[in-house]
Amino acid sequence: MGLRTPLYDVHVAAGARLVDFGGWDMPVNYGSQIEEHHAVRREAGMFDVSHMCVVDLRGARVRDYLRRLLANDVARLAQPGKALYSCLLRDDGGVIDDLIVYYMDDRWFRMVVNAGTRDKDLDWLRAHAGGFEVSVEPRFDLAMIAVQGPQARERAAQLLEPEFAARALDLGYFFGAAHEQWFVARTGYTGEDGWEIMLPADQATKLWGRLREAGVRQCGLGARDTLRLEAGMNLYGNDMDESVSPLESGLGWTIAWEPQDRDFIGRGALVAQKAHGVARKLVGLVLADRAVLRSQQKVIVPAVGEGEVTSGTFSPTLERSIGLARVPSQTADRCEVEIRGRLLHAAVVRPPFVRHGKVAVAL
Amino acid sequence: MSNVPADLRFLKSHEWARLEADGTITVGISDHAQQALGDLVFVEAPEAGRRVAAGEACAVVESVKAASDVYSPVSGEVVAGNADLGGQPELINQEPYGAGWIMRIRPDDKAQFAALLDAKAYEAALAAETH
Repeated sequence: MGLRTPLYDVHVAAGARLVDFGGWDMPVNYGSQIEEHHAVRREAGMFDVSHMCVVDLRGARVRDYLRRLLANDVARLAQPGKALYSCLLRDDGGVIDDLIVYYMDDRWFRMVVNAGTRDKDLDWLRAHAGGFEVSVEPRFDLAMIAVQGPQARERAAQLLEPEFAARALDLGYFFGAAHEQWFVARTGYTGEDGWEIMLPADQATKLWGRLREAGVRQCGLGARDTLRLEAGMNLYGNDMDESVSPLESGLGWTIAWEPQDRDFIGRGALVAQKAHGVARKLVGLVLADRAVLRSQQKVIVPAVGEGEVTSGTFSPTLERSIGLARVPSQTADRCEVEIRGRLLHAAVVRPPFVRHGKVAVAL
Repeated sequence: MSNVPADLRFLKSHEWARLEADGTITVGISDHAQQALGDLVFVEAPEAGRRVAAGEACAVVESVKAASDVYSPVSGEVVAGNADLGGQPELINQEPYGAGWIMRIRPDDKAQFAALLDAKAYEAALAAETH
């Protein structure tokens, strides 16, 4: 038996197909994964993401601590509630995890990290906290529900206390707002507008039920994966891990190089990698043939070299297969992928594949 | 919880087979198999005229989750592949024992059909797999 979120019984009662995900028993779908996917692109869907770990970081020097720990720079966060996406790096530039951090107030930042990396993340955060007198507090008492899609905010807002709903509807992209133990942020992992709602675990079942009544479709991790891949977002453990740097993972944009005197962990290794030339890059692939890209398939770039598919799926929006692949940096706009003993042509593109319901690559 | 019709024969690898009045055998994948695979997105059915051996991989069903070979339950000649699956692979999810059939085979030896698992034996195999 795996770990269970506060919504586990609700998923079972709804007939969800459950799978193990990073040690958690999670719903992969409640019927048709493709219909769940379309619900998010066209209307509104919701995901139980309570397996992800919310971590509160508090202390007078919490900002200095995060400027040392994260490859992106929390000094960019000027307004309370603002969020930042960043990698957490080892000294050698390998990616320990990717995360979102929210600036709550001058003594308090909130981080959301992946489920499968939770324990090593907490170890790392604590190991570096001492010198900065920062407390590291995982919030196992909170649940998290992601409500995503063009109608998501409107449908969810009816269920919030009116004053809080008004503030939440006013949030810009990548901003969050708190109300007592609730926190609503305009963030997500689907390429659509929406909220991620953190709330006390014992209130999760009630909110889930009311969201269903408000016309928000329940969606599993299967749809979450096809949505994030269409949106060109990396999945930790598939598209990057401790053996690669953000520069080899399509995440160069998340590294804050300025100011040059900010000595974040991994900086030296990234500077050296850049100076020597980064040998590999992460690209998007679109397959013309009727087959499906899957992680670990071999990529062949004629006259250049070889690479590997890191994530692949069938895109319900494009109605063909898409993927992410790590390939030699000199790769241009074509490659071949070995699928079930055959070499099939793929176009190399720049993700995202889909953004706000619209196809974002040339087919 | 999956549907296992009593009048069909099965393979442990989750294909079903039905003996038709004209002596041919219709083949598809079971309700359990389509549930496990999830939404089907591509199906490669064999062409008419192809010779297949019992246990030979002769079709591919690909879902959002995985690609899976479909094995022939008998030796014989393919008399038809289901052309509708090209444009509507979801027929397998909707009607695994009906419109979602994959191929029809004229068997060399009908005794091979009689030797397949009956519904009871297949249900027992499913129970053993999930427990």
